[in-house]
Amino acid sequence: MAHFEKANSLEEWLDQRLAIKTLRRVLAEEYWIPKNINFLWAMGMVLAVTFGILLVSGIFLLMYYQPNVKLAFDSVNYTIMKEVEFGWLWRHMHAVAASVVFLIIYIHMFTGIYYGSYKKGREMIWISGMLLFVTFSAEAFSGYMLPWGQMSYWAGMVITNLFSLGSLELNGLVEWIRGDYVPGQAFLDRFFMLHVLLLPLVIMALIGLHFGTLRIPHVNNQDGEEIDFDAEAKKYLAGNKKEAKVIRFANDFMSKDMFVVSIFLIFYFYLVFWHFDFAMDPINFDPADGLKTPPHIYPEWYFLWSYEILRPFPKDPGLIAFGFAQVIFFALPFLDKSPNVAPASRRGAFKYWFWILLVDMIVLTVMGKLPPQGIYSTIGLVAAVVFIGLWVALPFITKNEKAV
Amino acid sequence: MKELKILGVVVFFTLLTYWGVEPYAHSVMHPHVESDGFKYDDLPALTKKGDAQRGAQTFLSAGCTGCHGVKAAGMPAPMDPNAAAASFGVNPPDLSNAGSVYDEKFLAALIKNPEHALMVEHKFSKMGRAYPMPAFYGVGGDKDQEVADIVAYLKSIAKKDVTPKEAYELACGRCHAMHYDNWTQIGEKPKFKHKKDELLFEAKVLEYQDYLTKYLGKLPPDLSMYIRSRGEHYLKTFMENPQNLLHGTAMPRVGVTAEAAEKVIEHMADVGDAKRHERTSVGVKVMIYLFIFAILAYLWKQSLWRELH
Ligand code: HEM
Repeated sequence: MAHFEKANSLEEWLDQRLAIKTLRRVLAEEYWIPKNINFLWAMGMVLAVTFGILLVSGIFLLMYYQPNVKLAFDSVNYTIMKEVEFGWLWRHMHAVAASVVFLIIYIHMFTGIYYGSYKKGREMIWISGMLLFVTFSAEAFSGYMLPWGQMSYWAGMVITNLFSLGSLELNGLVEWIRGDYVPGQAFLDRFFMLHVLLLPLVIMALIGLHFGTLRIPHVNNQDGEEIDFDAEAKKYLAGNKKEAKVIRFANDFMSKDMFVVSIFLIFYFYLVFWHFDFAMDPINFDPADGLKTPPHIYPEWYFLWSYEILRPFPKDPGLIAFGFAQVIFFALPFLDKSPNVAPASRRGAFKYWFWILLVDMIVLTVMGKLPPQGIYSTIGLVAAVVFIGLWVALPFITKNEKAV
Repeated sequence: MKELKILGVVVFFTLLTYWGVEPYAHSVMHPHVESDGFKYDDLPALTKKGDAQRGAQTFLSAGCTGCHGVKAAGMPAPMDPNAAAASFGVNPPDLSNAGSVYDEKFLAALIKNPEHALMVEHKFSKMGRAYPMPAFYGVGGDKDQEVADIVAYLKSIAKKDVTPKEAYELACGRCHAMHYDNWTQIGEKPKFKHKKDELLFEAKVLEYQDYLTKYLGKLPPDLSMYIRSRGEHYLKTFMENPQNLLHGTAMPRVGVTAEAAEKVIEHMADVGDAKRHERTSVGVKVMIYLFIFAILAYLWKQSLWRELH
């Protein structure tokens, strides 16, 4: 057995057994971050905090929620909203966080795209991030089923229908996914399981993976500059903090993270208390009714852009375009052929590519909500074609990019 | 500062997206209907000044009490809700507080021609059905004067300060249940000692609902969560004139005053958004906490970063 001295403090006692000082040094104090980054690099921390909020509020909701088609709606809208002390608070926090987390995810993704943080060693950061995006999407969708309101039911119907894969008419597959001909008890049960167990586990594992992928390439910086982290860390440790191009994760960058988080929380809690309707669709406060289709069925805002890529085309091409939109972001590191890691503003044609993509996705998002009629479906069609065109064009416009 | 510029860009695109999917998209999907402030301009104003005492007499001779109770004046309903619904399709309201919940122009118009005031001609005379409440043909004198007297009488006996719940019960509650408030169309569901009594009550509710369904073509929805699913503005404009928002609906115009409409909405909020006052007060405290947190976080960051730049 190893030899243990008597410890003089709790810290020392723990250190003898768990090496917490080494852990702290490796994971925090000597985890080096470039100095030249702005608040957009705090979005990862904001996401981690928001996920924490979702987890904690979700645990509280789970204590009263009833996954039963007869009871689910009332367990949420009566028991949790009216009976349980502060149940309303946990519910609003959960629902608003679920919506806001996507806003931050999109900001985080577009930050990565803008600064080219997905290539030259950072491919796995990007891919693990995309896996998080996909899993978060599934998590949000499965959670949306749980209150068993009109939108839960009908969005569940529409989305699971996609799995019939158009003209292939795989209705058996759709029934297998639903566990029934239409959404019902079996459907609610399995989405409940996915939402509260399987997907959160996957998300936590993926967050671990995502953090791991950051370790070797380190995070990028505002100029895409390649930094010699060992040399710069030596400068810092020698007391040359002003000249060193790196800072400690803790407490240096974490103090900034915390400030950004505090601003984010002000925004988030403002929404929770005074402006929650955007995240809690009014239609979902009508109980599910399989005999009454709502006049407008639309997904939550963060799915609208891909929904709009599905909608303006005929059935089969629409599905193919939709499938394309779901996976194409994974391929970004490989479609961008330029060796430059630099902000988009310095990258020639890519600069336009970036801003067009952003605006195009906003246009798709808005058209996805509007009824598919007249001018809106034309705009939607054009925006969907532009989206696909942008990705097809990407390798060509980046191939001959001048080195910066 | 560069970071503020970046923040500006992020905020701009966020707000643009928000505007597109919320205010703009909703304005396209749900054309906006403005409230007229419950003025009921399509109905004629009362030309005669009513006399409450005479009105009490006229009220009795007109035969209103054959169907309506007036508990405030010691006149119970002539039939229980189910018997009434069996004959009329719906239980006629007790008129004790009609004078303060319903607009006087509306009451007068209703007495003279119920279908017209209620805006349900498309479901009755135009379909060859008689509306269960007959129009008032007068008791021998000047009909306008008699109607004004009845209205004055109803106003004189009505409680001035009906509670939100009473307003709801009178204006909506005979057709719309609200199970989050224990309210059924035949009244509040009591607490029962014996299962048998409870089942008997429930059977009565079901029977009443069957009559109502036959009468209206469809059972009116439970309104427990309508404050969240429809929102205040929709509910208000819908109450004022259901045909505006749901053309052809069997729901009659209920003819409440602006003040009574506020009360109905308040009751619906008490039931469907019960914690709204707590929400605001907790919200303010959380905000104060977060502002202090933000200031401390900023100071902490500054103290560390002074050495870094
Ligand atoms: C909830 C999910 C996520 C969490 C908790 C998370 C967390 C983080 C954290 C803490 C960082 C380091 C600090 C920073 O640059 O912000 C980071 C970096 C990064 N993440 Fe995520 N992330 C998530 C989702 C995503 C998604 C969806 C993508 C894109 C597909 C993504 C792509 C990246 C990239 C490219 C970086 C590196 C940034 C750089 O090197 O400058 N992440 N993430």
